[in-house]
Amino acid sequence: MKHTLTPQRYLILLAVMLTASVGDTLLSRGMAQVGPVDFHHLDRLWHALFNPFVASGIILLIGFFASYMTALSWADLTFVMPATAFGYVVVALLSRFWLHEHLSTYRWAGIVLIVCAVGFVAGGPSRTEHASSHPDLDLMDSGAGR
Amino acid sequence: MSPTNPTPTSLLHSWTAILGVAALAITGEVLIAAAMRRLGDLDLLRDRPGIRGYLGPTRAVLSSPLFLAGALCMALNFFAMLYTLSIVDLSLAAPATASLTFIGNAVAARIFLRENVDRRRWLATLFVCVGVVLLAQ
Repeated sequence: MKHTLTPQRYLILLAVMLTASVGDTLLSRGMAQVGPVDFHHLDRLWHALFNPFVASGIILLIGFFASYMTALSWADLTFVMPATAFGYVVVALLSRFWLHEHLSTYRWAGIVLIVCAVGFVAGGPSRTEHASSHPDLDLMDSGAGR
Repeated sequence: MSPTNPTPTSLLHSWTAILGVAALAITGEVLIAAAMRRLGDLDLLRDRPGIRGYLGPTRAVLSSPLFLAGALCMALNFFAMLYTLSIVDLSLAAPATASLTFIGNAVAARIFLRENVDRRRWLATLFVCVGVVLLAQ
């Protein structure tokens, strides 16, 4: 089956979901420690790079970009998009269970909707196959020619 | 000009900025998706085992003109978002740009990438949009 995702590909999608949200949270935490940056204090941006939270946030965001592009190399944009949206759910759940912030009913409804969206898309094919100019090669790809 | 209580002129200004951010994000994501679709499965581009095996895929991605154009749009999107945040509240700018980007991506993927955006994916896009707006409440 061409559309079956291997465990390794599920791991890439999991990385897409987690790295962006955790990376953003770490950046936000780090920049809160660094303090406001304005045009007269641009050197603070350089110092911010050495803040452990900012540095780990940047590493995670590089990881996000790499895993996002890897996912796009074998899946449709409209398949990967809900996975990136799941990052919002991760941030909301982190703020609820790690930072012990209150989540309103609206936010819980938002979480449920995004989880449903991921479920809808995950149940379908990951890639649109276009008519190829090499049908023989496609037949070999699918294993039917063997 | 107050971001919380915009006059009609600033309302137009705010929404133009929000639409600009979304348009740059959509263009960037579609160009990057087109580049990756053209390159194919990156795992197949790995020519040797271990960490050095990633050099091949990295080189292929960085030498793709479509990817470079997409990355430029994403960089412009970042600065456009910074500008937008200076005139619009984050509580409006973040969900508005995210929702518009999700809808725009689905439409652009259908038209330009010829992806099969079936009922299942349209529904997911709609759910994500409403979900993002609710999360921002």
